[in-house]
Amino acid sequence: MMSWLPENVSTFGGEIDSLFYLIYYITGAVFILVTVLMILFLVLYRHREGRRATYSHGNTALEITWTVIPAVILLVLSFMSVSSWGRIKAHAPPADFQVQVTAKQFNWEIVYPGPDGKFGTADDFQIDNDLHVPVNKVVHVHLKSKDVIHSFFLPNLRLKQDAVPGRDILVWFEATKPGKYELPCAELCGFGHSGMRGWLYVDTPEESAKWVKENWPQQ
Amino acid sequence: MSDSVAVVATHAVPAHHEELGFWRTYVFSTDHKMIGRQFLFLGFFMLVLGGLMAMMIRWELAWPETAVPGLRWLPEPYAYEGIIPPQTYNMLFTIHATLMIFFVVMPIMVGCFGNFLIPLMIGARDMAFPTLNMLSFWVGLLAGLVMLAGFFVPGGHAAAGWTAYAPLSAKAAYTGVNWGQNLWIISLLILGVSSLMGSINYITTIVNMRAPGMSYFRMPLIIWSLFITAVLLLLALPVLTAALAMLLFDRALGTSFFLPEGGGEPLLWQHLFWFFGHPEVYVLVLPAMGVTSDILSTFSRKPVFGYHAMAFSMIAIAFLSWIVWGHHMFVSGMNPLMGTAFMMSTMVIAIPSAIKTFNWLGTLWRGSIRFTSPMLFALGFVSNFLIGGLSGIFMASTPVDIFIHDTYYIVAHFHYVVAGIIFALFASVYYWFPKMFGRMMNEPLAKIHFVLTYIFFNATFFPMHILGVGGHMRRIYNPTQYDFLHPLQPINVFITVSALLLGLSQITFVTNFFWSLFGGKKAERNPWKANTLEWAAPSPPPHGNFDALPVVYRGPYEYSSPEVEDDYLPQNRPLITQSSAPRTH
Repeated sequence: MMSWLPENVSTFGGEIDSLFYLIYYITGAVFILVTVLMILFLVLYRHREGRRATYSHGNTALEITWTVIPAVILLVLSFMSVSSWGRIKAHAPPADFQVQVTAKQFNWEIVYPGPDGKFGTADDFQIDNDLHVPVNKVVHVHLKSKDVIHSFFLPNLRLKQDAVPGRDILVWFEATKPGKYELPCAELCGFGHSGMRGWLYVDTPEESAKWVKENWPQQ
Repeated sequence: MSDSVAVVATHAVPAHHEELGFWRTYVFSTDHKMIGRQFLFLGFFMLVLGGLMAMMIRWELAWPETAVPGLRWLPEPYAYEGIIPPQTYNMLFTIHATLMIFFVVMPIMVGCFGNFLIPLMIGARDMAFPTLNMLSFWVGLLAGLVMLAGFFVPGGHAAAGWTAYAPLSAKAAYTGVNWGQNLWIISLLILGVSSLMGSINYITTIVNMRAPGMSYFRMPLIIWSLFITAVLLLLALPVLTAALAMLLFDRALGTSFFLPEGGGEPLLWQHLFWFFGHPEVYVLVLPAMGVTSDILSTFSRKPVFGYHAMAFSMIAIAFLSWIVWGHHMFVSGMNPLMGTAFMMSTMVIAIPSAIKTFNWLGTLWRGSIRFTSPMLFALGFVSNFLIGGLSGIFMASTPVDIFIHDTYYIVAHFHYVVAGIIFALFASVYYWFPKMFGRMMNEPLAKIHFVLTYIFFNATFFPMHILGVGGHMRRIYNPTQYDFLHPLQPINVFITVSALLLGLSQITFVTNFFWSLFGGKKAERNPWKANTLEWAAPSPPPHGNFDALPVVYRGPYEYSSPEVEDDYLPQNRPLITQSSAPRTH
């Protein structure tokens, strides 16, 4: 199943993937254990003439065992998840690059601050569905929506965040590999939901400089 | 039709029985058994509709924007020469989910089996409030009609998903659907009244009308599960009702509860909806768990392993179900600290589910297992619930959920749990059909039905995990619009073929059901040699159920007890001395 995960190109994606693997191995082991026992019992204890079922109402020691073991496993998983979650969500590292993404039926409206580095000034650069960011830089995305709830989904960066009208939500990522990645909307947003898609371009410093020069208003 | 059988098969007529006319017997009946059957047929009808919608959804995902065979008659704008447009697609998955949850699983597992089984299994002659019971069905049917009417209004039916996230659902302009969404809201408001009447009745009946000797901890686990379900419904539905009313006000009166431009808050809808929605999931699955426990015990000829642990774990699930709703909202923009809290409570609710699974295994251990059709379907439920329970741990972990939220991984997970209930549903129908209709169903055909359903169910839903891991979003109309999903398209085709075969396999069930209704072998009182009280009544039970009201001497699962030679010991059989030989039926 692992090989189906899209290639990860974000700094925190590896952490998410290893949690995924860990849960996959644990649940896989439990699945095999329970299934093998079930098949074994079904074969061993199938009805045969002359054999009577064991009259038993249960076993307290067993009940405690199979309550405590899952509880401990789930507790460990919880604490591992909490620390990961905190690193990803609680504190965004300082931004190297900022961009505003405003979702609308059915496009991503992307605003760059322009040469002065400030939003809301005359040199802002706006374009639909093309998100250019530099590689190996912390990117802050100010996520908004003009109409309904959309979801900003970057499968290759293991990033998903709903864009909620009336709110300005900060998301961050740091892409580790240059390339062109898809940016679909992951929350039903109307009849054009399917196909609402942008592109994330992770640029090398040279590509980035070239793109800025060609597109941004000059100072 | 079935009660004509009842009249012939009934020898002992209870003292207060009176002849009722056609209308009072079949239509406006206050008899809990007839109301149960009415809910069953309502559920079956909606199951066929919901299933056909699923087939259309699957066709679109496998072969996007091609004509669906046999659908050319559909008028524009619902379809163009048989090709489903995106708006219809959104409508289909919205109504598919709504029907399956509110008009299939709830009417059948809660409405039908709750009604049919509660008085019979606790040893009562009927429900506490028979007229309220009748109203509950008719109000439910009205809700169903209003829901179906949504297809025939301009703009078509609701297309904002069964979760109806605001603002998409709160303004007609966002979906282009006006009256469809309004009718959807009104229908669920009406259905809430029906469920409320039902749950008040269930709770009152179970608390007050148990037969002498039927203490709470002698009740079968199916009755425990229905009792807990009724409590959940009673407490959860008012929240949905309030949320739906606010949504309707936003749409019709411009109140802006959920619209930010008017000072509202879109996430408020999600909090209210899931505060209802998560207990609702357990409303659906608890009766399935109860049925499974009863059937595994009967056909293992062995007491349920850890009866108290089973009952208490259901109570624990019911309590915890109130504090896990936020796990639907990890990426919604909710405070990440709340995400942490909801992850913790969600991990905790996995524990009672694990306890139930292990106790089911314990019930099989050293049993004397008979592979009847109800048993096979109950085992199928356990096997699917195992997968659905384990896959839930992935999305409980907040970091992992960032990636798999709103993907097919979620679709796979909740179909293993909620669509998996269909196995418990079929198990119940095969198990109680003799009691309900006085005839046996055809066993070889039932086994074929099980094998086909089990194979194609897993072939349909298991590969959805792979789609989800690949990042395939939910609710998209055409996966081929995305480059990164191209390699996954053969899996979509495989799933669709499996789903179509799963649908076709159900012909075996429909044939068996209707053939057995009229031509099945006459059922005796206790064909499965089971312990619970319903088997002490004639098949089918007459008005008033029992010849004489039963007295309960023991718990419901005394199979293979050393006290008797038989491998079962009914709850109502007195054991005074060794010489009083067991009664034969």
